[in-house]
Amino acid sequence: MSAFIIRRLLQAVLVMTVMSGLVFIGLYVVGDPVSMMASAEATEQDRAEIRASFGLDKPLWQQYGIFMSHALRLDFGKSFLTGQSAMGLILERMPATLELALVSMGLAVLVGIPLGIWAGLRPQAYSTRGIMAGSVLGFSLPNFWVGLMLIMVFAVQFGWLPASGRGATGHIGALDLSVLTLDGWSHLLLPAVTIALAKAALIIRVTRAATREALPMDYIKFARAKGLRWSRILRVHLLKNIMVPIVTVGGLEFGQVVAFAVVTETIFAWPGMGKLLLDSIITLDRPVVVAYLILIVFFLVMLNLVVDVLYSVLDPRVRLQGAKA
Amino acid sequence: MTAEVLLPPLPPPETPWRRLRREFMADRLAVFGLALLVLALLAAVFAPWISPQNPYDIGKLDIFDSKLPPGSRDAADTMTYWLGTDGQARDLLSAILHGMRTSLLVGGVSVAAALAIGSAVGLAAAWFGGWIDALLMRIVDIQLSFPAILVALILLAILGKGVDKVILALVIVQWAYFARAARGAALVERAKEYIEAAQCLSLGWPRLLFRHMLPNCLPPLIVIATIDLAHAIALESTLSFLGVGVPVTEPSLGMLIANGYEFLLSGNYWISFFPGIALALAIVGINLVGDHLRDILNPRNAH
Repeated sequence: MSAFIIRRLLQAVLVMTVMSGLVFIGLYVVGDPVSMMASAEATEQDRAEIRASFGLDKPLWQQYGIFMSHALRLDFGKSFLTGQSAMGLILERMPATLELALVSMGLAVLVGIPLGIWAGLRPQAYSTRGIMAGSVLGFSLPNFWVGLMLIMVFAVQFGWLPASGRGATGHIGALDLSVLTLDGWSHLLLPAVTIALAKAALIIRVTRAATREALPMDYIKFARAKGLRWSRILRVHLLKNIMVPIVTVGGLEFGQVVAFAVVTETIFAWPGMGKLLLDSIITLDRPVVVAYLILIVFFLVMLNLVVDVLYSVLDPRVRLQGAKA
Repeated sequence: MTAEVLLPPLPPPETPWRRLRREFMADRLAVFGLALLVLALLAAVFAPWISPQNPYDIGKLDIFDSKLPPGSRDAADTMTYWLGTDGQARDLLSAILHGMRTSLLVGGVSVAAALAIGSAVGLAAAWFGGWIDALLMRIVDIQLSFPAILVALILLAILGKGVDKVILALVIVQWAYFARAARGAALVERAKEYIEAAQCLSLGWPRLLFRHMLPNCLPPLIVIATIDLAHAIALESTLSFLGVGVPVTEPSLGMLIANGYEFLLSGNYWISFFPGIALALAIVGINLVGDHLRDILNPRNAH
């Protein structure tokens, strides 16, 4: 088990190094960040000073070397734009993104699993066809457009919900969370439903397939022969056995949601780290972009690891690869 | 005298293509999807001839016609804007037809290129095995562990705008799916007897791989390509929406939606609404076709 985790972590470090190098070079080639930092009337000398203060006058390989040696001490440089620590900026925005992603996935699971089981139990029913057609729509409709249409209907037409921002937040320790206030929920609802629609569509399909596979199994037949109530068979026998594919897809999709926050947060002006990434790309704020990518790689690897470990918890038959090696 | 028993002639054996067609046509939803897809393709191909107006000809546009609701007449009273006009007084119907052209072109070309590159890599990995296989599949793993939207976003930030650059970014994002699927299929085929037979004829490996193995690996790849086409079109529109995709001079459907974004809050819904509907119909069509193809090409479901 620990060998498995260590191997994954080593792989993550390798990916982070390669990727940060590529992005570093790529963004270096694109343009001069000084043109973004200096005011229009700055003299050549002002520019040179700015350049020197951020170490941008050194050759590229030296810049990268300095960056990496600092990165080993978890210091990812300062934002060119605000002068704050790049990682600090991102971590400050991260709770908003994670909150949105968690609420969306929660909604998707709450809607998706019951509908998926229903569709799996009655493959020919009209209700099932309706659910499946809805799920095709759910992941076919371009997500950003769904967001726009929700804004159009609920914010512009009816004026029930706000179209942008995060609203009032409550505090738990140092964390600011929207879910703690009513105003926060009203801001959270539209972006969360936008994401949840697409993810619920996926979860419905996975749940349905898993249910159909599990139903003809002997343990279900045996449970019925014992005379157990259907509700108990579904809740205990079926649900436990279809959890493995649902957890896999749900876990991987959670990573996708966090990455896709770039789009959702742009539409709803949600102050998370996705919006920060897009802004930083536009302003060539290299430290923030690289720090974001390093963080997201770490996050995705961790997420994969958690999903894999969850497997063996959910299904004792699953042995982790490398546990023997 | 010989007793001759007259048997009714056997029907000719059904060719694989016929069978595929028959099974495909059996599902009404899939046929509906195919109809949508064909409609989108026709619109894209014939856009310059069937659209009422050339949306790229800035000189023809009359600024007084901007943001007209659907069904309005133009200022000179010569034509009707059935779907309204956008902020630059373009007829939305024409813009959508041309946008469909760009969207399908980008999606189609990128998927075709990704399919070609990915299958070549996958076949090579399966055929040569050893460290080549390990290296290629490691790269695929790493590539697939990144969310496509992030990779494409960073690539386009570095490459800049342009139809060719979007295609390049989409190919880089997608090839790995095909490589993995092709390798899986090729590993199965490799163990079969016809490959052994072909090897006994001492055919060269390029011929073996591409003439013998590839055709037998195609069914799963075609299914992935179909579903991937929907992904590619959606991804392109998302990137264009974020402002890093196609240039303003060749607006795709995603860009049209983005253009309508600023007018949405003032109630001019149609500028974003109709391009989105067109995009959604095309993607739904592709997904329905892909879904059903997967069902009938899946060997597990073969009768």
